[in-house]
Amino acid sequence: MVKYLRALFPFGNMSDVKIDLELDYRGMFCPMPIVKLKKATKEMQAGQVLRLVATDPGSKRDVPAWADKTGNEILYSNKENKEYTFIIKVS
Amino acid sequence: MAEKPTKMAIIVHSGTLDKLYPVFMLASTGGSMDMDVHLFFTFWGLNALKKGGLESAKLPGIMSLGTGMMKGKIKKVGVPSLPELLEMTRMTENVTIYACSTTMELMDVPKEQLIPEVDEIVGAASFLSIAMDADVQLFI
Repeated sequence: MVKYLRALFPFGNMSDVKIDLELDYRGMFCPMPIVKLKKATKEMQAGQVLRLVATDPGSKRDVPAWADKTGNEILYSNKENKEYTFIIKVS
Repeated sequence: MAEKPTKMAIIVHSGTLDKLYPVFMLASTGGSMDMDVHLFFTFWGLNALKKGGLESAKLPGIMSLGTGMMKGKIKKVGVPSLPELLEMTRMTENVTIYACSTTMELMDVPKEQLIPEVDEIVGAASFLSIAMDADVQLFI
């Protein structure tokens, strides 16, 4: 049901989600955001949530590809003013 | 996550800046994606594993004159240097670095001249046995 609602409202309000870690990867280019993201999640615990902001246009597809491969869940993604925001639940 | 990690095997044949960058960008990213990454440095690629080799890698041929300019641009954009990328590939703990034994003999590179990040010194048979069931195989 939650997944269904998320599909209906992909840009819905995520303010109810507790963010454990904020990652600011603005101004960084491939491969830095992914390498740093991996390093950050290594130090997190399963179930914790992080928010990542990046400006590398590659992030749009790179972050979901990384999440898919590593089994982490993207709860929310958005693009605004050339900034890509992802909220990811660490597994 | 899949039961068996996705595997990538790269033959690193060239020791020039333009070729080493994609090698280490793919290796650091692959390692960060939980891929099992294997880098086999052979022929001119072996130069990159010599102490100071990554630092002194240049653009190929006549373009080598523009190496300084390229490195300046790399720094300006904020792309890591090759030694920094090597460090990142090590940090993923998913990347194994091999030096080709025949090339070491051919190019007079004793083991002592290689950087400590080299995991193993192997021949073609070892690489092939790794590459044969790899999902991604590249020759750079």
